[in-house]
Amino acid sequence: MAYKAKIRVTLRPSILDVQGKAAQHALANLGYSSVESVRIGKYMEATINESSADDAGRVCTEICQKLLSNPVMEDFTFELEPVN
Amino acid sequence: MADVTVGIVVFPGSNCDHDTEYAVASFPGVRPVMLWHNDHDLQGSDAIILPGGFSFGDYLRCGSIARFSPIMREVIEFARKGRPVLGICNGFQVLVESGLLEGALIRNTGKKFICREATIKVANNGTLFTDGYRNDEVLRMPVAHGEGNYIASPETIESLEEHGQVVFRYTDAEGRATEDANFNGSLGNIAGIVNRNGNVLGLMPHPERASEKLLGSEDGRRLFESMFRHVTGT
Repeated sequence: MAYKAKIRVTLRPSILDVQGKAAQHALANLGYSSVESVRIGKYMEATINESSADDAGRVCTEICQKLLSNPVMEDFTFELEPVN
Repeated sequence: MADVTVGIVVFPGSNCDHDTEYAVASFPGVRPVMLWHNDHDLQGSDAIILPGGFSFGDYLRCGSIARFSPIMREVIEFARKGRPVLGICNGFQVLVESGLLEGALIRNTGKKFICREATIKVANNGTLFTDGYRNDEVLRMPVAHGEGNYIASPETIESLEEHGQVVFRYTDAEGRATEDANFNGSLGNIAGIVNRNGNVLGLMPHPERASEKLLGSEDGRRLFESMFRHVTGT
């Protein structure tokens, strides 16, 4: 069974996001004064072949902790969808 | 100096590997060997250097993919045995990603890639990398990085400071760790740290680019020299 994992990696709230800040300034220049802040993260999709959603979830957590995010500065969340 | 073999790890995208080789080879009795990231053999190295560059194109996060290169298993084992490992710039990023050093290196606060000469102060000369310097001595070394902003949790910073693990800080020419001198935004003006055991050093400035007069500074030489002296026990 294959599962598609939709993974979001975001900078921890305490970490300064210079990219997000630059984007927010650009939006302010475009006249979007109501946009108070922008935070930029990463979106990744992984197809995981495991026999159950639990197993796929376990693998996904592991790869996020090991490689796809750095726990010192980032948080991650994901959703799993079965793929036919 | 007695015979010393220095392994320089080459990742795809390393670009200071040959500068480092050149600097290392200028010491009598020191033989650099280039270690390809896909190999497992440290070729009898007495010390390991992870050079600067953009390993794996800085994909995902700087150093995050290089950290899992096959040779890193041997490098980590080598470091855990207490043998000297030096990470310069991207090499520092690989060391924090690998967990050999604490904290992380994120985008410079000013957003820009910064390529210029920096002044740094020796904050602890009691390590095998820095015992050729005086404490508070101000050194000139080039920097060239986009992600050199050192961060760590407040507890980690406190512990690094308490154990003398901060070995270099960005300062002005007079050795003052001012905000202006801290061009990349690092916590505590941190430019380089060692692990608790003192055998793994990571720093953002480039000692290999400050290793002969013609380059404008020789201040990086004593770092290599100390490391080699330590290896030979002299």
